Amino acid sequence: MKERLQELRQEALKKISQATDLKQLNDVRVAYLGKKGPITEVLRGMGSLSAEERPVIGALANEVREEISTQLEAKKAELEEEAIQKKLAEESIDVTLPGRPVNHGSHHPLTKVIQEIEDLFIGLGYSIAEGPEVETDYYNFEALNLPKDHPARDMQDSFYITEEILLRTQTSPVQARTMEKFKGKGPIKIICPGKVYRRDNDDATHSHQFMQIEGLVVDENIRMSDLVGTLEIFAKKIFGEEREIRLRPSFFPFTEPSVEMDITCKICSGEGCPVCKGTGWIEILGAGMVHPNVLRMSGFDPEKYTGFAFGMGPERIAMLKYGVDDIRNFYINDVRFLKQFFAADIPVSTESSTNAVFEQSGILGSE
Amino acid sequence: MLVSYKWLGSYVDVSDVTPEELAEKITRTGIEVEGIEQKGATMKNIVVGHVLTCIDHPNSDHLHLCQVDIGEGEPVQIICGAPNVAAGQKVIVAKPGARIGGNVKIKKGKIRGEISNGMICSLQELGIEGKVVPKEYADGIYVLPEDAKVGSDALALLNMDDSVLELSLTPNRADCMSMIGVAYETAAILGKKVKLPKITLAPSGEKASDYISVKVDTPEDAPLYTAKVIKNVKIGPSPLWLQTKLMAAGIRPHNNVVDVTNFILLEYGQPLHAFDYNRLGSKEILVRRAKVGEKIITLDDAERTLTSEHLVITNGQEPVALAGVMGGANSEVTNDTSTILLESAYFDSHVIRKASKDHGLRSEASSRYEKGIDPLRVREASERACALIAEIAGGEVLDGMVVHETLNIEPVTVTIERAKVNQFLGTNLSVETVANILARLQFPYKQDGDAFVVDIPSRRWDITIKEDLYEEIARLYGYDNIPKTLPDGAQTAGGLTPYQKKRRIVREILEGAGLNQAVTYSLTSEEKFAHFTLEKSAPIKLAMPMSEEHAILRLSLLPHLLDAVAYNKARKNDHVALFETGAVFISQGENIQPKEREHLAGVMTGLYVNHPWQGEKRVVDFYVVKGILEALFEKLQVHSRIRYEKANIDGMHPGQTATILLNDETIGFVGKIHPNMEKQYDVKNVFAFELDLEQLLNTETAPLAYEAIPRFPSISRDIALIVDKEKSAGELEQIITEAGGKLLKEVKVFDVYQGDKVEAGKKSVAFTLTYLDPERTLTDDEVTKVHEKVLAALHEKAGAELRK
Ligand SMILES: [Zn+2]
Repeated sequence: MKERLQELRQEALKKISQATDLKQLNDVRVAYLGKKGPITEVLRGMGSLSAEERPVIGALANEVREEISTQLEAKKAELEEEAIQKKLAEESIDVTLPGRPVNHGSHHPLTKVIQEIEDLFIGLGYSIAEGPEVETDYYNFEALNLPKDHPARDMQDSFYITEEILLRTQTSPVQARTMEKFKGKGPIKIICPGKVYRRDNDDATHSHQFMQIEGLVVDENIRMSDLVGTLEIFAKKIFGEEREIRLRPSFFPFTEPSVEMDITCKICSGEGCPVCKGTGWIEILGAGMVHPNVLRMSGFDPEKYTGFAFGMGPERIAMLKYGVDDIRNFYINDVRFLKQFFAADIPVSTESSTNAVFEQSGILGSE
Repeated sequence: MLVSYKWLGSYVDVSDVTPEELAEKITRTGIEVEGIEQKGATMKNIVVGHVLTCIDHPNSDHLHLCQVDIGEGEPVQIICGAPNVAAGQKVIVAKPGARIGGNVKIKKGKIRGEISNGMICSLQELGIEGKVVPKEYADGIYVLPEDAKVGSDALALLNMDDSVLELSLTPNRADCMSMIGVAYETAAILGKKVKLPKITLAPSGEKASDYISVKVDTPEDAPLYTAKVIKNVKIGPSPLWLQTKLMAAGIRPHNNVVDVTNFILLEYGQPLHAFDYNRLGSKEILVRRAKVGEKIITLDDAERTLTSEHLVITNGQEPVALAGVMGGANSEVTNDTSTILLESAYFDSHVIRKASKDHGLRSEASSRYEKGIDPLRVREASERACALIAEIAGGEVLDGMVVHETLNIEPVTVTIERAKVNQFLGTNLSVETVANILARLQFPYKQDGDAFVVDIPSRRWDITIKEDLYEEIARLYGYDNIPKTLPDGAQTAGGLTPYQKKRRIVREILEGAGLNQAVTYSLTSEEKFAHFTLEKSAPIKLAMPMSEEHAILRLSLLPHLLDAVAYNKARKNDHVALFETGAVFISQGENIQPKEREHLAGVMTGLYVNHPWQGEKRVVDFYVVKGILEALFEKLQVHSRIRYEKANIDGMHPGQTATILLNDETIGFVGKIHPNMEKQYDVKNVFAFELDLEQLLNTETAPLAYEAIPRFPSISRDIALIVDKEKSAGELEQIITEAGGKLLKEVKVFDVYQGDKVEAGKKSVAFTLTYLDPERTLTDDEVTKVHEKVLAALHEKAGAELRK
């Protein structure tokens, strides 16, 4: 019987190694390990053995069975792996072919600029205020310290509809309207974006319709230094940490004192180049302390409240940021232009928290 | 304002700053210097020559052969084409090797067989604008005074080695429309003193008041009018120093008297006018409003018709000048004039502005009156002019000044406190610093501890309140020296309103679906104004449009979006998907602000899916656009309250357009552009939508809440219905939903068929109905009961038969 078992082992192992697929392997299993298989048969015949031989043969039979079983498993794993490899080889594709395009449009570049500014100031506690594009002469001019015969009205030739109604020439009327709504009680912190209109012939640098974004803060004890600090944060966040700012006195009827802000030219880093007309500086915005007449007309007591305001042109900022050289591009809506603004516009910066800017500018912990 | 650096130096010491340094300092302290020009910088080898002889060129009918002494021994031969060249003249000679204006190089050469050793120059050839060159030399060479030294540097003689600063003045700084004003500003910046001109007038013995009387009819228009009389003047060209100063400031020299008035205009900022006394026709000046239809011929030979809004100077009868704007031709100073009546006045800015606007006349004088002059310099400027006229044109200045004055100048006093200055600016200035700045400005003040009582000089009429003084202090202290802080008052939360948040979501959803945000113009044409309107309105027209294209406020966003599609199509951008959010304007009647509604509109054309190598291409159709809107409505949580109804909308395809209803109110439409309209806009196969964004975003929505995932299985039944072709799927769906009751969870169309397998005039629409009870497992019987009800309702209400 011993010999018979050794023989069966040899036979079975040979068949296992010769099997080429899982079915053949299963046939081997059924043939040798099944209930009607030869090993079972050997065990059945153990009754004729002596008491000494029985355990020896029993042990051998189990050993053979174990070994066949182990080999079967090993072979099975091998065949399965082969099958997988084969399938994978068949399924191989050209990964360099283009993917199925996902439709995507993008923000208009002016929206990109406006939202970036909005979000910066929302982080500083500002709300977004909006107002009508067709304004009364009162809110567009008079409430902003520009009475009917003020010479500065020449500075902005307007589209009138009737003598009292016009397309707003600035977003500042929203400031006047907001101040009125607050009924003489601060604090007010708003950003006013929107479309404005002026009598200009459309060319590379002029547009009869364009955007403005303005900011207004009114509270007790607002200082000019608060304006300067706020503007610096704005400049560094929107244009880059490495930019420096400088302020020049200017004139706007609704602010006193008035300032214009320049930032260092990105192209030449302040050395002077054609873009900055050799000065190293680029004019970015106008600002100032809210004129007491404006506060008074909108219901605020200028002895108690002070404020600052600033305003700028998103077109100009977009032109500087993205290198757009013709303002008409923003209004033609050529899809080859618009599609370029799909890409996110997040500047590379190691320190990106607003607090970092505050610290760098010396604003935090300055007092 | 053009400011000569050398001339400025006669009022304030600028010797220790270069023109460039001075420009930078002026810019940083308050007035933008737009440019610095030194005309002579690029020129050289230009000298004074003496024309010894001048004969006609033998081979030309217009050239001259001149022998010119240029101070180098032998005279040189120069060919000159100018008609006014003559022997005996002192002229400007560009020697061989010279550089003149426009960087032109002069070489020795031969002209029609004759040698020319250089060129005799006109002023234009030296880069001076033709319009400021004296008329007599406008078409020829410039003739220098007889005393010009032969061989000397002509550029220096013409003051072209001077630098001219171009100041861009803001309306508040009209004080710097004069050299003396700029001198005060410069002195404040540099910490220097101002030197004012000294005026001495010799007594005459005759009185001006014997020659003229002055009356003012409307004193509010002319609160101060003064007249001086100068006898026995000799009109002639001005000396070179005066001519070059005027030309550098952009004013053309005329004759000695007119040039002096212009010189004083530049020096004091005070406009003056010289009348020919003998041509006045009376011994009286009457200042009054013009009569309606009254006429005057001004110095530019134009006849002006006047109204009662214009102020005129008259001789008691006839106008002799349009006050503050331009003199009349009838009293103009000519070469024969011997007696001068010199006007120096203070006119109200509004009346001058009106006249200059109505007549399109913006003169050096009117622009100064419009912006405001210093009333305290009216007399002084007149006396200075008289002294100069006497010096240059001879003549005798009669004693006294004839004056009509109602002017009552309230002295302006502004009190500031150091602590408040510091509080306002966020600075920590000492009393000494504040005092020092006021002293530099030459503002007299009294100091009482922390307080300064400041007398504002009348030349700075822009300063009336303490904030104005804060600005003066801040700018002279230096804006860049102000610390940087942030508001430290009450905290505000800030953020977007729900509407603003939703508007951002709308943009993101549409962009996610492939539409690019567009921005178009709000002003449109009369024709386009009427297209695709959701709400009717009378046109809101600009009073004075710049073009027909941009004359009326829009009522729909689609016309300009279609223009954008056409623009793209013309450039072979065939696949276009754009959207815009923006206001439309609905008239509420004349002289009332229109109602503004924010709209959302979109246009799509070309391929929506474009993935050719895997065989996927899909052209935009109605359902592509509708699908995008459905996603938008779902995002905004309004989809269950939205309905679509087939509709006829002007400009839209009648078979492929639906109105969109929210809570049973129309909020917009979606569909295909009508072929006629496509033709008009030069586009093809464009699908579009336009919605009232405010209606869409302002509707109330429930807060987003989680709904439990069902624990029990649902049961689905498919049905295919045969209905009339006209029955819409929406109607069927509504019947199913109503009849299905609570257990019906979802209805979905999965097939629509129309063709030879169904009866003519009919179609088949197939739905999957899903039934679910969240509380328990439904039995087949229960579902069947409801389902039968649904089928019965479909049969009854829509005549629907089950397709076999
Ligand atoms: Zn640069």
